[in-house]
Amino acid sequence: MDEMAIEVEGLVKQFGSFRALDGLDLHVRRGEVHGFLGPNGSGKSTTIRVLLGMLRHDGGTVRLLGGDPWADAVELHRRLAYVPGDVNLWPKLTGGEIIDLLGRLRGDLDEARRGELIDRFELDPTKKARTYSKGNRQKVGLVAALASRTELLVLDEPTSGLDPLMESVFQECIKEAVDEGRTVLLSSHILAEVEALCERVSIIRAGRTVESGTLDDLRRTSHTSVSVRTERDVDVADVDGVRDVRTEHGHLRFEVDNARLPAALDVLTAGGVLSLTCSPPTLEELFLRHYDEPGTAPDGDDLQP
Amino acid sequence: MSGPSHREGAIGLVRANLRRDRIRIGVWIAGITAMVGVSAQSVKALFPTQADLDAAAASSDNPAIVAFQGPPYGLDTVGGQIAFQIGAPGLVLVGLMALLQTGRLTRTEEEAGRLELVRSLPVGRHAPTLAAGVVVGAMCLAVGVLTAGALVVLGLPTAGSVCFGLGYTAVGAVFMAVTLVTAQMSENPRVANGVAGLVLGASFILRAIGDAGDNALSWLSPIGWSQQTRPFADERWWPFLISFGVTAVLFVAATKLEDHRDLGAGLVAPKAGADRAAPRFASPFALALRLQRGSVAAWAGGTAALALVYGGLTSAIESFIDDNPQLEDFFTQSGGDIGDITSSYLATSAQVTALIGSGYVIQSVLRLRSEETRERTEPVLATATSRWRYWLGHLAVAVGGAVAVLVLSGVVLGASAAAVMGDGALLGDGFAAVLAYLPAVLVMAGVPALVVGVVPKFSVAAWAMLMVTFVVSFFGTLLDLPGWVLGISPFDHVAAVPVETLSAASVAGLTAVAAALLGVGAVAYRRRDIPA
Repeated sequence: MDEMAIEVEGLVKQFGSFRALDGLDLHVRRGEVHGFLGPNGSGKSTTIRVLLGMLRHDGGTVRLLGGDPWADAVELHRRLAYVPGDVNLWPKLTGGEIIDLLGRLRGDLDEARRGELIDRFELDPTKKARTYSKGNRQKVGLVAALASRTELLVLDEPTSGLDPLMESVFQECIKEAVDEGRTVLLSSHILAEVEALCERVSIIRAGRTVESGTLDDLRRTSHTSVSVRTERDVDVADVDGVRDVRTEHGHLRFEVDNARLPAALDVLTAGGVLSLTCSPPTLEELFLRHYDEPGTAPDGDDLQP
Repeated sequence: MSGPSHREGAIGLVRANLRRDRIRIGVWIAGITAMVGVSAQSVKALFPTQADLDAAAASSDNPAIVAFQGPPYGLDTVGGQIAFQIGAPGLVLVGLMALLQTGRLTRTEEEAGRLELVRSLPVGRHAPTLAAGVVVGAMCLAVGVLTAGALVVLGLPTAGSVCFGLGYTAVGAVFMAVTLVTAQMSENPRVANGVAGLVLGASFILRAIGDAGDNALSWLSPIGWSQQTRPFADERWWPFLISFGVTAVLFVAATKLEDHRDLGAGLVAPKAGADRAAPRFASPFALALRLQRGSVAAWAGGTAALALVYGGLTSAIESFIDDNPQLEDFFTQSGGDIGDITSSYLATSAQVTALIGSGYVIQSVLRLRSEETRERTEPVLATATSRWRYWLGHLAVAVGGAVAVLVLSGVVLGASAAAVMGDGALLGDGFAAVLAYLPAVLVMAGVPALVVGVVPKFSVAAWAMLMVTFVVSFFGTLLDLPGWVLGISPFDHVAAVPVETLSAASVAGLTAVAAALLGVGAVAYRRRDIPA
């Protein structure tokens, strides 16, 4: 069996003159929870729709569970479950009916698990979908997907609208899924969720992958915040990879790329270090760097709305 | 409860509505005005001399034609003929315009959640209702003023033209107010439009019975109120008081109802449903059927009711002809005998029935598209459901529903005609007359299927096919349209059973066209992006 659950190379998707995906890469190993991150409009949902065989791609290669998502859609869909970011339901069907329908159409509905999930997510399955709140609609989608035993879960911002209690139920469920050896592709904006669940992440911007690896890798290849007091004035601004140099409360503060940290430390040591604090970037800083900085995306495009 | 503050923001909403729907509104107004203008010109051309008018007056004044068109007033004048020929279908169209636009601006907005966003601004509770009323009211007024103007330009008497135009405005206003009320009832926009549509259908049927009989029931119909103003035939203006009075009462009722419900909710609270799906609820067909069964039942019921009325009026024509033997020539000029009068009447009734069946089948096929734009298609296609099965499920419900509508109304038309005439053979005649339209109705299913597959963003254009067929069927000869235009309407290729015999060639031809449209639509749907 393939080691990779999802293999995407150089994916291109064009909507008229707009290039939604512009050479995107995504590699998800079997059995891992893979975080799929990027600003709004960066192409996450478009990628997922290509993976589900909803959209035809215009370039690159896509393999999903060893098959072609467009040509083998029906066979592949027996082996995956999907939760959209905005679960839209048929207003006059009840949540319970929708869960049953989607499970039966997939051909995989675990009765015991269905009941257990409805309890855990505190969902009232007798209500008409018209009356569900955003969070409750999302629960219907989650129960319908998680009540399966499929080997792959494709989740597109699945917890939008859930309260913190339900968010933690969701995280438990994903951990259980991984313990069973299932693979999860999780697109999310909730960094705590990503940090708690994902071994590896891919960050995309403007239709391209800008970063991919384990969270530790990302931290390593990122930058360090330095706060220092020295005996003599030092000039670190000239060191390659040093940014944001400023003085606050008698401390010199700056950011430095991890690769250039030794060079920066050499300069500081020469000035006589009195006190020194180095902190790794928070997850938030890590993401903001990719979301925000114009220089990060190869073409420097602004975010698509 | 309805102080000025509840109406705050209405002016801004009026502006926003006009801006958003300017094209739609313009098309409605221009379309109806053009239809009236062109038809009126044709009527003028049709009856160049007073002798022509007198002959037409003598032949038109019979219950069967009256049931379709309206009360016969002043038929020996050009104006009277115009009001008679284009009055009723035009009034239905204006009612439909007001109904659809009002539903669109009220409950559809509310269900989509956009109204909530609007109401979070300094906008009063009644402002959206008021704004919808102003916009739709202005549309109705524009239609009235422009049609009246067009008739005056064509040289018709001013008083009659104004009366005619005001009749259009009045019927539109009533159905605007009716829809404002039905929009309060359920949180589902389909219910709001559907109930208002039932009222429109009932109005047409009530006036059909009333006009063919003693007029009493016509006074229960908003369409009747406008027709009873007798444009071009010694106008009387007081029936407008009924129309506008009812409009005012319904408008106030709508705001009162609005005071007693929450945003997003209906007056009828939704009930708890099943926690498990029925065992057989497990296929795309079952889903499509569940989504549309109410709509199939409503269309079938409405069409059957109309068929019952038309079938029941069969005896009225017969006796009318007996009283006026000179008319026999008019009805049998194609060389038939007296039996053909009943036959041609049944054929005309069948055409109306099939037209309604076409409306059903178009909206039903378009459901495929609305499911997609509401993002309900993706979750189903993300299961082990092929696009082909999904498409087939929807189309099966659409086509199966159309067959059900036609069969039911065919049986009802035939049975009611047979019952009033005491002639069992009419059962088969009526049934055959309606069923003869089945291949044409399949073409009507093929058009939206093609559009949804090939140019999904323009799906709504499929309705143009119904409009063309409607115009060709009712105004084709009046407008003196060229043969190729008539030929676009699938109905133009249907044999008028039982007057004519079914032609195997036309059945085969229409079926082949339908199959081609459906086939191309299916293939395109399977190959394109979803959502597109």
